[in-house]
Amino acid sequence: MISPRYHREIPQRYRLEAGQCTDCGEIHFPPRAVCRKCGGTEAETITLPSRGKVVTSTICWIPPAEFDNQKPYVNAIVELTNGVRLTCMVCEAPPDEVTVGTEVELVFRKLQHEPKWEVIRYGYKARVIAG
Amino acid sequence: MREVAIIGVGMTKFGELWETPMRDLYARAVADCLSDAAVERKQIQSAYIGCMSSGLFNGQEHLASILTDYAGLAGSAATRVESACASGGAAFRAAYLEVASGASDFVIAGGVEKMNDGADATYCLATAADQEYEVYHGVTFPGLYAMIASAHMHKHGTTSDMLAHVAVKNHRHGAKNPKAQFPVEITLDTVRNAVRVAEPLGLFDCSPVSDGAAAVLLAPVEVARALGKPLVTIKGSGHAVDAIALHDRPDPSRIPSVALAAQRAFAQAGVATGDIDFCEVHDCFTIAELCCLEEMGFYEAGRAGPATVAGETALGGKLPVNPSGGLKSKGHPVGATGVGQIVELYEQLSGRSGDRQVADARLGLAQNMGGSGGSCLVHILEVK
Repeated sequence: MISPRYHREIPQRYRLEAGQCTDCGEIHFPPRAVCRKCGGTEAETITLPSRGKVVTSTICWIPPAEFDNQKPYVNAIVELTNGVRLTCMVCEAPPDEVTVGTEVELVFRKLQHEPKWEVIRYGYKARVIAG
Repeated sequence: MREVAIIGVGMTKFGELWETPMRDLYARAVADCLSDAAVERKQIQSAYIGCMSSGLFNGQEHLASILTDYAGLAGSAATRVESACASGGAAFRAAYLEVASGASDFVIAGGVEKMNDGADATYCLATAADQEYEVYHGVTFPGLYAMIASAHMHKHGTTSDMLAHVAVKNHRHGAKNPKAQFPVEITLDTVRNAVRVAEPLGLFDCSPVSDGAAAVLLAPVEVARALGKPLVTIKGSGHAVDAIALHDRPDPSRIPSVALAAQRAFAQAGVATGDIDFCEVHDCFTIAELCCLEEMGFYEAGRAGPATVAGETALGGKLPVNPSGGLKSKGHPVGATGVGQIVELYEQLSGRSGDRQVADARLGLAQNMGGSGGSCLVHILEVK
């Protein structure tokens, strides 16, 4: 991945910064230039809550090269407590124990190790909340 | 708008065609199409070429120029069209609209993808998903459809066995298609015992990586009549786009762009699901065939799986789906797929599909989808 792009996404990847439309209150992650609900063009930066639940998931057995050292891993769509959904990996649990409704919290983790250039990339993963 | 007919079709074999460059794939499909139509090259005014990612697969852009030249059509107009795996369907719609508008009389809708050329196909295909917010987190295309499958199973009780029946049925159809990449029958055990790709999907739930090209020639219906062609006309064309990321859509068990595109095509055609004799459906993964049949209204949500198990969607059943073998068995050269579906519709409707002919086929539907459902095209064709 080209480095300007990586740098640009740091507020979302490291700090879960989202945009909230100042006209209608719709929350976008990542922030959008135009609100998908009302078309508004002004938004304020908010921080997403870290807790949520798995909406759907899969176990990936055949990953792209930069994820090969993590297989098999779980990918999921997580719905946070404010209703925002995002896609991430689910870590720190046996893959087959992650199902619809599993409670998770987002944590900061190493995501990729690109083997050719030895580039390490960071971001959020979901950790299963022991319960 | 003018009524538009298809007056000729051409398609290469789909498969791993290592010795054939992309330019030759397209040129051969167009040559076969013009020969089938018995139309001179100089009559072609314009072409739309569906291709998802020649830049990544082959390091080649500017397809309008290179492919049109190698097809022997330099001097005509040409435009490359991209909408991921729906590029072919989008090219067909653009060609249809150019003829329907009266702007041109002879327009080619073509599609091509040369996926076996040394590039990492998984990476290239993943660019049809959200690079920053899906792919960055390790999601692959099988992974996205696996999450659709998991949600569908959770909500409707769909099972892996129902998905396996889709693969077995499409391979049974494809075994009768000499242009299919994998014209071989498989068993339920083949699917069940296959290596896992992304749970609940295994290798035999996935369409292959393919090379191939397809082309169809469109003209006003009066031209088709004057040439003594079978009158295969475009009754309806529906197109819709949606959010690219699966997580940005309200229900991951659903693909709303398919429903919208189908509603638009049915409304224009003035027909209903019960009138359709057969379909080509975008079965990039087995779950997609079930979801798309449900979104288009052929089955209630959750009922396409049991109907497939009961044989309703097989050749000889109530609604044959993917008589060509579908993406699963015929192959999925992504930019060519949408046009390849139209080739199958034309051949079925003109009664030249041989062993896989659908009896009394008068109305056919083709549904072509991009990404995890970020774009969709539905076309309804009729033979008069």
